[in-house]
Amino acid sequence: MKDLFAVVMLSGIYGLLSASFFVTLDAVDVAFTEASVGAGIATLLMLVTVTMTGRYEHSAHNKPIWALAVVLVTGGLLLYGTLDMPYFGSADAPGHLHVAPRYINDSMQEIGVPNIVTSVLASYRGYDTLGEVVVIFTAGVGVLALLSVAPRPEESAEIDVVNVSMHKKHLILRIVTKMLIPFILIFALYVQFHGDYGPGGGFQAGVIFAAAIILYSMLFGMSMARRVINQPLVQLLSAIGVLIYGSVGLVSMLNGGNFLDYNLLSDDPVAGQHLGILIVELGIGCTVTSVMVIIFFNFADRTEDHMRNGIRGR
Amino acid sequence: MFLGLYNYWIVVVLMMIGFYIVIAHGNLVKKIIGLNIFQTSVFIFYISVSNIDGGTAPILVEGISRYSNPLPHVLILTAIVVGIATTALGLAIAMRIKEAYGNIEEEEIQQRDNREC
Amino acid sequence: MLAHLPVLQVIVPLLAAPSCIILRRPGWVWLFALLVSGSAFLISIALLQQVADAGVVVYELGGWEAPWGIEYRIDILNAFLALIITGISTIVLLAAHTSIQEEIPEDRHTLFYVLYLLSLAGMLGIVTTGDAFNVFVFLEISSLSAYSLIALGRDRRALWASYQYLIMGSIGATFILIGIGLMYQMTGTLNMEDLSRRLPEVAQTRTVFTAFAFLIVGICLKLALFPLHLWLPNAYAYAPSIVTTFLAATATKVALYMLIRFTYSVFGGSFSFTTLPLQTLFVVLGLLGVLIASITAIYQKNIKHLFAYSSVAQIGYMIVGYSISTTAGLMATLLHMFNHALMKGALFLALGAVMYRVGSVQLRDFHGLGRQMPFTMAAIVAGSLSLIGVPLTVGFVSKWYLVLAAIENGWWPVAVLILLGSLLAIVYTWRIVEAAYFKVPQAGNEQVREAPLAYLIPVWMLVSANIYFGIDTRLSLQVATSAAQSLFGVGP
Repeated sequence: MKDLFAVVMLSGIYGLLSASFFVTLDAVDVAFTEASVGAGIATLLMLVTVTMTGRYEHSAHNKPIWALAVVLVTGGLLLYGTLDMPYFGSADAPGHLHVAPRYINDSMQEIGVPNIVTSVLASYRGYDTLGEVVVIFTAGVGVLALLSVAPRPEESAEIDVVNVSMHKKHLILRIVTKMLIPFILIFALYVQFHGDYGPGGGFQAGVIFAAAIILYSMLFGMSMARRVINQPLVQLLSAIGVLIYGSVGLVSMLNGGNFLDYNLLSDDPVAGQHLGILIVELGIGCTVTSVMVIIFFNFADRTEDHMRNGIRGR
Repeated sequence: MFLGLYNYWIVVVLMMIGFYIVIAHGNLVKKIIGLNIFQTSVFIFYISVSNIDGGTAPILVEGISRYSNPLPHVLILTAIVVGIATTALGLAIAMRIKEAYGNIEEEEIQQRDNREC
Repeated sequence: MLAHLPVLQVIVPLLAAPSCIILRRPGWVWLFALLVSGSAFLISIALLQQVADAGVVVYELGGWEAPWGIEYRIDILNAFLALIITGISTIVLLAAHTSIQEEIPEDRHTLFYVLYLLSLAGMLGIVTTGDAFNVFVFLEISSLSAYSLIALGRDRRALWASYQYLIMGSIGATFILIGIGLMYQMTGTLNMEDLSRRLPEVAQTRTVFTAFAFLIVGICLKLALFPLHLWLPNAYAYAPSIVTTFLAATATKVALYMLIRFTYSVFGGSFSFTTLPLQTLFVVLGLLGVLIASITAIYQKNIKHLFAYSSVAQIGYMIVGYSISTTAGLMATLLHMFNHALMKGALFLALGAVMYRVGSVQLRDFHGLGRQMPFTMAAIVAGSLSLIGVPLTVGFVSKWYLVLAAIENGWWPVAVLILLGSLLAIVYTWRIVEAAYFKVPQAGNEQVREAPLAYLIPVWMLVSANIYFGIDTRLSLQVATSAAQSLFGVGP
């Protein structure tokens, strides 16, 4: 298939299908994240890239024999490995018997949060999640280092011209979007704080928040968006999110416990857990939103720049 | 046995499709899409491992005692995030390559480099 | 404070990285990064002391005991690696401020330091943790920052090299993820210590075998073991000099650490070497790497490329030592990890000085450099002597123990081939020496001056370390030996 636009769309559909598959497999948090991140953000970024790099793939003259051989060997090895696996869905597979029961049985007493995934993510394995936030931060910094363009002074006249013409072209979209964006933002806040009780949490909320901002900038133009969203502030926010998460850990240490031990954040351990989870999720939401916005803005700016200057062959 | 394992076999096939796209295609964006498919299939695999017949989503509710295993869910949440980070970075590099070389086909890039050396 | 050393080792650089965004001016950021790296180095020394006195140090993150929480488990091997990584990082940072003036655009300097610290934190996170999935997360932190750092190189081929590294690295990481998932499925735990206890009962299943295979292949991609080394030469050659120096001295060693840790501590030495014919496989691949990479190095015109291929060869040596799978062999490998970091650190940093003054590292630009940049060239000569394995240098010590271990095991042909590798090293380093001392400078290069002190000081620190540890080997030998012994004592 040579039309990359179609390929990207199909991969977006694949992401959505996986998300629904996750729902049927009872993995609701994962489904939520996959739908927003895998099917949403990934597709979006790929589309922006394809806009710049060209819609059609050139025909390749490579001989895929080697690739096919490697793939067959790898696939064969994996299939071989499945032969001794416990059957799909069996409740007495070793994977379910050792570590997991404590999470299911004791997390209510130890942490007091109904969503077990949140309690494992934010507390039991909270350090992994810190690493995860840093990964997102790293990607944001990397994209900044690779793609950021120097801000050009905007002519307000230019912006008005763009505004008026777009207003005429996409009237319905713009009006509907203007009404929708506040609801999207509120929904994001809901997901952020309700993550303890239902599917949700910092990541999903951060992505939805960023999606609202991206929607705005897509319809109203990058110049308007740049006016509304202050770039250096967003970069600062992404760093602050990570530091919020880290500070919770440091406070625990100062209070006499180990890094990220929430029990010491308050006199009552369970209250401490709640507080800890709340704050770290906030940090996560902060960083995820800002990094997604940074990535999108940089992708869009660079593409705009490229289109404006024409193709420079070096 | 087939009934018990067919789920895993399907996932393996999906994984290999993604893997094949990464290594066999020359277009840089397509490679990243392939990588994405490969990684998403690995996620499906992990989640299948965590599924328990007759269980529900791991959110504690009155009256339900059988829950799916939450640990792989947590791991996959992290892995999804790592995946998007990699994708974003890969696409950014691809965009820069487009600017620097004028196209993003693996072969043509290598030809240009060889001519320069 | 002392009890928290394990976590501080990683947290200090990890949280310092985003803080750099808050301090804006690159000059301040450099000093800050230097301070952070230096503190990490001091922490690693203290940690090594702690482990030497008290044995394995365990730290539970979040206060949750393993395997429900993540734990840090520091033994001699971890502490040793942390020492190497932080030491190199600090010394390299000394030259960073000057180096990146020429090689990276001004507005990217702050971001450079952020990525550098993230890479440092990522690597430290890998070598300190005792949880398999945590390894994956920090592996990705260090990998993503490495891809970005390499892509900052001036030459547009840096972008292509970074992309290739990204694709191959991500495939490797996904393989590792598959391996971890399969292991979890069969044992129900992610904690390395716990895994080592639970794997023996399921060790004979095909699933565990597959898990092992995927893990090994994934790690070898990151390790640049022949023939999976294709990303390395370009990545090292076109990245900014500081990045090359830092990565060449640390990144592949971390991958080798992962290999050692998983095969010895998690799967156990007996399992690892009997299920797959790992010994034969690795010794063959290692030797092929040594010979083919060394021969390729001889034909390189870009000196960074030359030393990059040399690195592939050195990794081959380390794998050979590893494949001998006796305490002596493993000890030689660990020793070589330390020594190679010093050797390549010095060499690439000196090359960075050349790049700074001359603007390129092609062989023809080296003509006459012996007179124009005497101290820098002397450093390159010293590093090369170490690479070859001349007595009184650190390279000699590693080669000596490697050959000894091979002979002890009865592998005479291997010992001979190792020495052959040294001969090849003489050939490719001689080309540089010849160009520098026996040729006249090219037109346009007559005005080259000696490198600034900012470069010379760290370069000569590393060179002196090369010579010092070549003569007084007690410290490195002791640590390497006790690390090797502990690995053999732990695995079933």
